[in-house]
Amino acid sequence: MRVLIMAKEGEKSEAATPPTPEAMAEYQKFNEELVKAGVVLEAGRLYPSSQSKRVQFNGKKRTVIDGPFTETKELVAGYWLWQVRSIDEALEWLKRAPYDGGTFEVREVIEFEGM
Amino acid sequence: MHRAIEAIWRIESARLIAGLARVVGDIGTAEELAQDALVAALEQWPTEGVPERAGAWLMGTAKHRAFDLIRRRKTLDHKHEEIGRSVERAQESVDLDAAIDEEVGDDLLGLIFMACHPVLSKDARVALTLRVLGGLTTEEIARAFLVPVSTISQRIVRAKRTLAEAHVRFEVPGGAERIARLSSVLEVIYLIFNEGYSATAGHDWIRPALCEEALRLGRILAELAPAEPEIHGVVALMEIQASRLVARVGPSGEPVLLLDQDRARWDRLLIRRGLKALERAERLGGALGPYALQAAIAACHARATTAAETDWPRIVALYDAVAQLAPSPIVELNRAVAVGMAFGPGAGLELVDALAAEPSLKSYHLLPAVRGDLLRKLGRSEEAGDEFERAASLTENVRERELLQRRAAECAAQGST
Repeated sequence: MRVLIMAKEGEKSEAATPPTPEAMAEYQKFNEELVKAGVVLEAGRLYPSSQSKRVQFNGKKRTVIDGPFTETKELVAGYWLWQVRSIDEALEWLKRAPYDGGTFEVREVIEFEGM
Repeated sequence: MHRAIEAIWRIESARLIAGLARVVGDIGTAEELAQDALVAALEQWPTEGVPERAGAWLMGTAKHRAFDLIRRRKTLDHKHEEIGRSVERAQESVDLDAAIDEEVGDDLLGLIFMACHPVLSKDARVALTLRVLGGLTTEEIARAFLVPVSTISQRIVRAKRTLAEAHVRFEVPGGAERIARLSSVLEVIYLIFNEGYSATAGHDWIRPALCEEALRLGRILAELAPAEPEIHGVVALMEIQASRLVARVGPSGEPVLLLDQDRARWDRLLIRRGLKALERAERLGGALGPYALQAAIAACHARATTAAETDWPRIVALYDAVAQLAPSPIVELNRAVAVGMAFGPGAGLELVDALAAEPSLKSYHLLPAVRGDLLRKLGRSEEAGDEFERAASLTENVRERELLQRRAAECAAQGST
């Protein structure tokens, strides 16, 4: 199964300062371990919400809203797409991630029948 | 808790068995020791909690048992003295855990090479690989191959015995042997993939799961031995083929041929990964091997937004290369199809007719199916209909037979107008 991991890093998601080299190195080491285990299908980091937009739909009406957005706790700062054999496996991998804050949401991707 | 332990086991078991196999020298003992460690975890973790480094805990537990075992063996049998000494040396080294961590990559490779050793039958290699590298249970493997559980468990027991009797060493082979051994590994992975891929009839979850397992093994292997172009070749081939898993089955379970598939349903992520893997194979230089060539052909289809945009002349050139490397009547038949698309049905038919006397294709349903297709394009509907009828009588797949009979009927309708 495929799972999407959304990194909700709170205030850190919005920080303009990049992570320290040490933190980056630790993240890369972990990511490499995942790649070597055949888990990672795709990974990405996102710019802060100050650089993002939202499109709101209301019937026929479309409204574009500029960032930054206020609900920092819910903002996604990065994502992974993993191939795992169960949600539990995803959880076990995720628990090993070198983070000391934030919430990481694990969502199973709906795949079509036969996949 | 039990599910968490099971998930940890799935993550760690291959590395665990690999590390142990290096120390004790055989897969059977390694697997038993790993299982013992799992039992210990099931006993202790529910009350004491899951240790922070679960993998290291399992390895440590199993390793101590391995050393006990070796010491006992040593006193029983002087043959094992050498292993015993090396273990003692290893125990003396201050940071054995770190050493084991570093060698994990090589250990996994060693385990793959051992499980796929040519001394074993193909069936045995497949079962053993799924068991020790995939972490699948005997029941799961049996379900995947639609055979009784006892068949698989016997197959695995026999495979381990054969490896022990042949004194197959735990190693990562080098030189000329490496090429032969690697091709056996790739063959096993691709066999597992095809077992899942060709199972259009089975709705059991485990069969598509075989595709995923083969892909996972391929992806792991590609990182363990990144300098081997054919590993990237087989990964590219599997990624691209898997991208069509959904599109190749119609709403009522019937097969949909490649050129008739709704390309919007192809999985773009897998295509992108497949093309990237193919690039890795190409970047390593040298002539492409058979898997990379097949991947390159699959990539021609993947890159075409519509069937009409397919680069058929390039596919013909790639089949020429495949035919040179690994000539076979099936490759010739595929080449004939490509020639028919690139240079007209007449040219394709000529090649197919040359294969008519080929004994190995005598009861191969795709020969008349291809011939029928070319004849129909040439406007020779009546002959085409006969070929489709013949193809339908040769296939064992019910869905495919229905498809071929439908085409035969279409030809008959065309012929009568």
